[in-house]
Amino acid sequence: MTYSNLAVIPAYNESATIVGVVEALRERAPGFDVLVVDDGSTDDTGSAATLAGARVVTLPYNLGIGGAVQAGFIYARDHRYEFMAQVDADGQHEPGELRRLAAAMDHPDPVDMVCGSRFLTDDYHYPAPISRRTGIHVFAALLSRIVGSPISDPTSGFRLYNRRAIELFARDYPHDYPEVEAVLMLHHHRLRMREVPVKMYTRGGGVSSISTGKSAYYMVKVLLALLVGLARRPAVVDPGDRAPVSAEQRA
Amino acid sequence: MGDRIQLFAILATGVLLLTVLELVRRRRLMERYALLWLLSCVVLLGLASWPGALSWLSKRIGIFYPPTALFIVAFGFVLVLLLHFSAAVSRLSDQTKVLAQRLALLEERVRHLDEPPVGEGEADTRVPIGPGDRERRHFARVSSD
Repeated sequence: MTYSNLAVIPAYNESATIVGVVEALRERAPGFDVLVVDDGSTDDTGSAATLAGARVVTLPYNLGIGGAVQAGFIYARDHRYEFMAQVDADGQHEPGELRRLAAAMDHPDPVDMVCGSRFLTDDYHYPAPISRRTGIHVFAALLSRIVGSPISDPTSGFRLYNRRAIELFARDYPHDYPEVEAVLMLHHHRLRMREVPVKMYTRGGGVSSISTGKSAYYMVKVLLALLVGLARRPAVVDPGDRAPVSAEQRA
Repeated sequence: MGDRIQLFAILATGVLLLTVLELVRRRRLMERYALLWLLSCVVLLGLASWPGALSWLSKRIGIFYPPTALFIVAFGFVLVLLLHFSAAVSRLSDQTKVLAQRLALLEERVRHLDEPPVGEGEADTRVPIGPGDRERRHFARVSSD
């Protein structure tokens, strides 16, 4: 039988954890086809994922998280999936929680994206450096103001998208550190989102894509994106536009 | 402006202009990127060889020593050129991203086409994006491993 749901795992050098994540998804999230987007890994992430039973799309070189996830959106759009989930390759996310995300998709009213938040649980214990937590809360406060509804965890990469969101992000998705900007894009395009509490684990292994040195760049880049995003021309390429690539529109 | 410095400025911008023209002639520089270079060379050459214009300009912006105005104009052109190239690089990286994604998705599709279908003799006329077909190929691959 075939599923109408796709779980996309962007993975860059995650051979330590990828097999566990794929197996956990197949076991605890039945109803989801599993697609690993191998973002130009130099280890055997791709072949390990294939052996674990996932479909694998291998990018020829490292595009960064934004480009990898967008490849997943394009795959989901072209294969006509109804829903697409995004799950981290490092084992932070519990595949069993996808059921909770799916249940929140049209309850109490339909939304286009459901985002798993680690800060909404009562017993939340998120082991991260204070600097990163501060950053997340700054983004959350700013974004909540802009969007006009409370958002607690805008950097979470544990998300479920419906067809409208898939089509939007397949056309245009932010380059690096895309999660925060994606929330802003949804808002600009009048798509709606909701957060649900999920539990998150510490990384199962490997190295986070956001090292301490990069987190300053992360902060500045996302803040710039948020401030510019308010005044920016629509970033998306719409049907009938001049060029198929968004940067060319602005040229 | 002193004779010597004027001669130097004319020579330098002249050489730059000729270099740009030669690069375009050899097709090493695309016209679309050469236009800004040509514009800046022509303006700088004009200011260097016409001291009246340069001293008028330096008086306007409050510079005592006219050759400095030439530097400022040249610096302005350099900034514009750099910005132009940053925009060009942004466009190129957006384009290569799209290429990389399409290539990866096509490779995935081709890999599945290469595998023999499960049912022997079954007409395989369906395109691989059909839902049932996809699942069948998926199992075919797992069992052939």
